[in-house]
Amino acid sequence: MSNNVFIAFQSTDESRPVIEAIMADNPGAVAVESPGMVKIDSPDRLTIRRDSIEERTGTRFDLQQIHLNLITLSGYIDEDDDQFTLSWRS
Amino acid sequence: MDTRTTKSRLGLKDRYAAMTRGLGWQTTYQPMDKVFPYDRYEGIKIHDWDKWEDPFRLTMDAYWKYQGEKEKKLYAVIDAFQQNNGFLGITDARYVNALKVFIDGVTPLEYNAHRGFAHVGRHFTGAGTRVACQMQSIDELRHYQTETHSISTYNKFFSGMHHANHWHDRVWYLSVPKSFFEDAMTAGPFEFLTAISYSFEYLLTNLLFVPFMSGAAYNGDMSTVTFGFSAQSDESRHMTLGIESIKFMLEQDPGNVPIVQRWMDKWFWRAYRVLTLVSMMMDYMLPKRVMSWKEAWEIYAEQNGGALFRDLARYGIREPKGWRDACEGKNHISHQTWNVFYGYSGATALHTWVPKDDEMAWLSAKYPESFDRLYRPRLEYYRERQRQGRRFYNKTLPMLCTTCQIPMIFTEPGDPTKICYRESDYLGDKYHFCSDHCKEIFDHEPEKYVQSWLPVHQIYQGNCFPPGTDPTRPGFDPMAAVLDYYALEDGRDNLDFEGSEDQKNFATWRGLSQRN
Amino acid sequence: MTVAAVKPYAFPARDTVDKFPAPLLYIGWEDHLMFGAPLCLPLPASMPFGTMVEKVLPDLFGEHPDFARIDWSKVEWFKSGRPLHPDPAKSLADNGIGHKDVIRLRTPGLAGIGGSCS
Repeated sequence: MSNNVFIAFQSTDESRPVIEAIMADNPGAVAVESPGMVKIDSPDRLTIRRDSIEERTGTRFDLQQIHLNLITLSGYIDEDDDQFTLSWRS
Repeated sequence: MDTRTTKSRLGLKDRYAAMTRGLGWQTTYQPMDKVFPYDRYEGIKIHDWDKWEDPFRLTMDAYWKYQGEKEKKLYAVIDAFQQNNGFLGITDARYVNALKVFIDGVTPLEYNAHRGFAHVGRHFTGAGTRVACQMQSIDELRHYQTETHSISTYNKFFSGMHHANHWHDRVWYLSVPKSFFEDAMTAGPFEFLTAISYSFEYLLTNLLFVPFMSGAAYNGDMSTVTFGFSAQSDESRHMTLGIESIKFMLEQDPGNVPIVQRWMDKWFWRAYRVLTLVSMMMDYMLPKRVMSWKEAWEIYAEQNGGALFRDLARYGIREPKGWRDACEGKNHISHQTWNVFYGYSGATALHTWVPKDDEMAWLSAKYPESFDRLYRPRLEYYRERQRQGRRFYNKTLPMLCTTCQIPMIFTEPGDPTKICYRESDYLGDKYHFCSDHCKEIFDHEPEKYVQSWLPVHQIYQGNCFPPGTDPTRPGFDPMAAVLDYYALEDGRDNLDFEGSEDQKNFATWRGLSQRN
Repeated sequence: MTVAAVKPYAFPARDTVDKFPAPLLYIGWEDHLMFGAPLCLPLPASMPFGTMVEKVLPDLFGEHPDFARIDWSKVEWFKSGRPLHPDPAKSLADNGIGHKDVIRLRTPGLAGIGGSCS
């Protein structure tokens, strides 16, 4: 029985900095690649940070841009301009 | 020297609140109850609409911007696919029949979802809920359009796709998805959310979406794959609406729990029965198969679904009543469904065929308990008959289940050799069902299901002939008249794949693309 | 009424017998799943049961290789799952078979294609 949250993105150039940021910022996160898709599982919570992505892109990033490459996710969402977090509230 | 500073702006949460709930108001010219007359009659009690948590915070400007970018990307791929005759890249032309199931059976449901969410998006008292439903309504219209565009390239070259809306309202097997969705649309707004947002878009979505999109990827269909990716982030929003709507209802009042439980029982079962079409598609219609229906059920239903129900157990929700029977059916329903389509291909907008030897070997390996014992013998018999020029077509119409409207092909849980018969008497008439669960749905709301438009019965009532038909004239052929009413071209849209125009054309075109 | 509604909810049943040319009958042949599902057709209430067996069943089930092998003296009949002992000389109606009844025939010893119940 897992308490993992997950998020999955299309395997595109645009997703790469987002995925790198997630892996750097979420210890315990595991990424699995399959055709066209990268799925990241994380125990209990997963946070995507805008500044972490911008360090990698070198340009401004609007967190809602993830909608362009998002495939699916699991967990309750908390988002503002600076972070997008998935977690299970229990 | 002046330094440029970014203008201060509201944070995302405040922006979103200002542009959604901030624009709502308590009406004074008319009482709120009259402005929102439909969200109390189902018995669901909401004490505090402010407790609704917005599943996603996309303000309309962000929504349009990102949806617009997704459209540009998608249509660039569709254009490139069409310009390069991408359809020639599919494994073989039998694959297109999976797309016929999709465009005829699933795509019209997207349009109905658009209408359904537009309706409930007006009728919930809570502004946050209304906004989420309105966005989904636009998403669903988008899906209707983009599916149609992505598959339209095939319509230029293959039969069985050109009249999807007309067929959806008439053809026997399409009344299955049609009645499913119309049942939801004619229910109240809270039941609609439980039926569609929760049961369809959250619990079972992976058993519809992933098989078709993976099937496309494995069979060289870039157009459909790209549609799938383009729709996926919309679907993730729909999933979060589904889980939020269930949580909200369950947390607002303990009296809501039994109502929601009954809806979850009903809609799990109704959606599961619609997915019968997907089971057949996965096991029989993909030349390059992804996985078996049984495997997909084990991953997406048994494993994922189990976790979902554990999450809801704290509210007093249990797994749906039909869960075990659905799990038992994983060894059988795809084979039972293919068989009825095979036999009735005289009246389908798609082709059927007997699987090849390597495909039968795959089926044996995936279904060690059932395939060789129960299903291979008749397929080999059909193949032998076809070889003799006596391809089997069933000449008599089947008995249908009143609730799910599928022919009564399903067997007793625990005995796959015996048809499962269930019946109810209501106001002097008998009604028949494929299972305990379809019977229970009827028994709870008989006034609704006595109105079922069952295609077989409608044919016998004479309601499925073209206008102006005289059934009493000599030489009248009722089945030909039904095909006319269906607007199916006999000998072109229907019958076996072997000898079909689809088969001949594809072989010719592929040959032309490879030789001088 | 158990349908939740904002006003009285009452609509006519769509499949009452008056809407059909003859009462509907559903007939299933046990252990012969090749046919997919039990079959459905309208048959006149006055048709003798024996006429149905001799004239109608061959059209319905004759394609199956087991059909020619049926020993009619051993056939067992059921209506709604309960044993039925039809009188072939009497009409369907007089045998207690009415609109939207379901009957089943069981042919002991015949178990479909290769014994698979198809």
